[in-house]
Amino acid sequence: MGLNQIGASILTALLVGLWMRGAARGVFLLAFSALALFWFQPAIPLRSFDFWIPSLSIFLVVIVWFITSTAGAWKSRQNIIGLAVIIGIVALVDLTRYIFPDPTLTSTTPPRLIVVIGFFALATFAIAASTVLSRRFAFTLILVIILLVAILLILKSPNLSLQLSVFFRSLTNRPLDTASALDLRWLGFSYISFRLIHVLRDKQTGRLPELSLPEFATYVVFFPSLSAGPIDRAERFAGDLRAEFRLTQDETLLAGQRIVVGLFKKFVIADTLALVALNDSLAAQVHTPGWMWFHLYAYAFQIYFDFSGYTDIAIGVARLVGVKLPENFTSPYTKPNLAQFWNSWHITLTQWIRAYFFNPFNRWIRGYKSLPAWTMLLAGQLATMLIIGLWHGVTINFIFWGAWHGLGLFLQNRWSDFAKARIAVTNPRIQTALHIGGVLLTFHFVALGWVFFALSAPALSFEVLMKLFGIH
Amino acid sequence: MDDRPWLVHRRLTDSMNSQTPVRLLPLLLKATLLFVLLNFAFILLDGFSLGKLTLYNNIFPGRERFPFGENQRGYNLSLFDLDAMFASHVLVGSPKADDEFRVLLIGDSSVWGTLLTPEQNLAGQLNSQYISACGKTVHAYNLGYPYISLLQELMILDEALRYQPDLVVWLTTLESFPQDKQLAAPLVANSPERVKELITKYQLPLDPNDPALNHPTVWDQTLIGRRKEIADLIRLQLYGAMWASTGVDQFYPESYEPAQLDYEKDNEFHGIKPAETLQGKLSFEILDAGMNAASVPTILVNEPILISNGVNSDIRYNFFYPRWAFDEYRATLAEHAAAQGYLYVDLWDLVPMTEFTNSGVHLTPFGESMLAEKVGASIQNFCK
Repeated sequence: MGLNQIGASILTALLVGLWMRGAARGVFLLAFSALALFWFQPAIPLRSFDFWIPSLSIFLVVIVWFITSTAGAWKSRQNIIGLAVIIGIVALVDLTRYIFPDPTLTSTTPPRLIVVIGFFALATFAIAASTVLSRRFAFTLILVIILLVAILLILKSPNLSLQLSVFFRSLTNRPLDTASALDLRWLGFSYISFRLIHVLRDKQTGRLPELSLPEFATYVVFFPSLSAGPIDRAERFAGDLRAEFRLTQDETLLAGQRIVVGLFKKFVIADTLALVALNDSLAAQVHTPGWMWFHLYAYAFQIYFDFSGYTDIAIGVARLVGVKLPENFTSPYTKPNLAQFWNSWHITLTQWIRAYFFNPFNRWIRGYKSLPAWTMLLAGQLATMLIIGLWHGVTINFIFWGAWHGLGLFLQNRWSDFAKARIAVTNPRIQTALHIGGVLLTFHFVALGWVFFALSAPALSFEVLMKLFGIH
Repeated sequence: MDDRPWLVHRRLTDSMNSQTPVRLLPLLLKATLLFVLLNFAFILLDGFSLGKLTLYNNIFPGRERFPFGENQRGYNLSLFDLDAMFASHVLVGSPKADDEFRVLLIGDSSVWGTLLTPEQNLAGQLNSQYISACGKTVHAYNLGYPYISLLQELMILDEALRYQPDLVVWLTTLESFPQDKQLAAPLVANSPERVKELITKYQLPLDPNDPALNHPTVWDQTLIGRRKEIADLIRLQLYGAMWASTGVDQFYPESYEPAQLDYEKDNEFHGIKPAETLQGKLSFEILDAGMNAASVPTILVNEPILISNGVNSDIRYNFFYPRWAFDEYRATLAEHAAAQGYLYVDLWDLVPMTEFTNSGVHLTPFGESMLAEKVGASIQNFCK
């Protein structure tokens, strides 16, 4: 999100918070969120894809709602209004093709109306089919989750993305030699897919309350948290939407404070650090350990301020419309061990992975009674962190990054158990020294892990690691 | 009631149940007023050059040449602030040793060293020769700056004279001389006060109110008006870290478009036809101002140019020069230098065509070494 889009989001949120009450607030938030999906979508060099990708996001949202809602729920007035708003927004974005001479809400000209009507017809057919299928919910659930994971896998895998881009280019007679993995940038899909999987799984386990279409769709594509999270829980989000809300002076100031802090973190600190942060070019150009550490520290703080800055902005903007998004960062670099770091870094992702992967995986592996406890723990930590790594990108370097943290968590757990039983420190000064030592050790462990995250290739990453310790 | 400001956040958090309606208008008015006052208060800084605030030569080593370029991969940027350019230069942070023979190299991009590393450009090659002059060790400083204009070079020379040079070597070429080029250099056009000072100091026949000069309005002096300048200064300091850690100060592309060798049948030079003459159309008075700028001796060098053998090379030497114009310029410059008693070296045809890179004046490392050998010899001979 650029400054223009953030500015428009703040202004819209302020207007909604000040003047929209009751159901109107929900409907307007849905409309603006759907519109933002198109507007925030980055430009794509494939014709009209910046229209089709947000349309597909909306389609996935609607189809999952039909699958998870009770039969006939769509006939209620609230849901019909929601459906009308969604269709209206997609149609409105498409109609800009005929209203304005240049692309307005999308980067390229949207497709012809007849094509979009065809899309609506297909979507209606798919939704009808899914409602029939959803009678066999477990099967449908697996089908949709596989679809979501497959899309995620393609988008996160540079090679698959490139192949798909080549395929689309060959269909549309575009030059193949300029195809790039970045051609298929799908705004917010990492978050959209995880929110959808969450509601599907919670529906299956009976934990998901009945949500209206406006509540459900707004939850999945809520404009402040569209591009960088956090990943809220549907029932909590819907609770905020249902509550009566009136923007007060105190709320405005708190939200404003959060937004200003976020803007400062992102656009002043992070963007400044980005100029000196570790990257592929620097990895080859820097030869002294001291300067290599400098660039690595710059990267470590850049990624934190960038991500937590966006989160602050999202939380602040959401607060203006009465939605209290969950925290995503709680001073992660001040934590004395890796487990605490992961409890304070991208918190909502960690909680999601814990709920929908780590806990089920642990329950499954404990079935193998013959395995020693430490192997179960190692497998659980490693698998979880590998999933988190792959969520960022399907590359060898993200696998190394995930494995680095998985092993780190395992070793920290073992050491913790060992030390707890044998070392008792009562002297407060030693406790403070140990705490500080823990913070420094944890920060440096995390920073060394960022080498894999920041660079594109394992060989370059290992070269940098060696340079950091003066071995080259 | 506790009014400590750092407790505001806690008080706000504690009073979340407050239902005070928002009064946005007074808040916005106060914020706007504060912003406007702060913005215009910045005008009071007029006269204080922000460019002098620098991390170079203390936290980071000074640059071997002036900052220039707009490619982030070169960790460099172009400024319109001569103070900031000098503040980042190694010359400013180098106390002159007793045995140092300080040589300042003035010129255009060929001296600055487009496509060349600091070791490969003229200053780097002269320093690697470890030559001596007047019983002292020669240390050359690169004060070249891309864009060809004598007035820009005079501006840099005038500022550089305060750093105790023993000798100035001024490399120049015909393209620096046309009168219409003098105020067009971006650094010159955006330094109206300096130009005014130079006009007065050296009695130059230029108009200080020439529309080519960008005189700042009141708005330009406010915080908002100077935002780019401030952002550039911050960026320059950050690139100091990159300069210190990588030694890279220019983006070196893997390939570049070589200098043009074939030309149209065009024999005009800046609109001047062969039947006319260059007399009265070149800024010799600016050259004279620089040559007589101080009591520091100066060697004037007519720098090497590409002499093409391509299509229509019987009409043109290169992209810049028709043969008649350059020949006339050489003759006039030699005559002028002799009349004024200047130390003058004409190296126009020193470097073969193959040793030029992407322009008729940019040399390869080998071409630069040929030039360095000749210039080095001139420096060594200076005291003899």
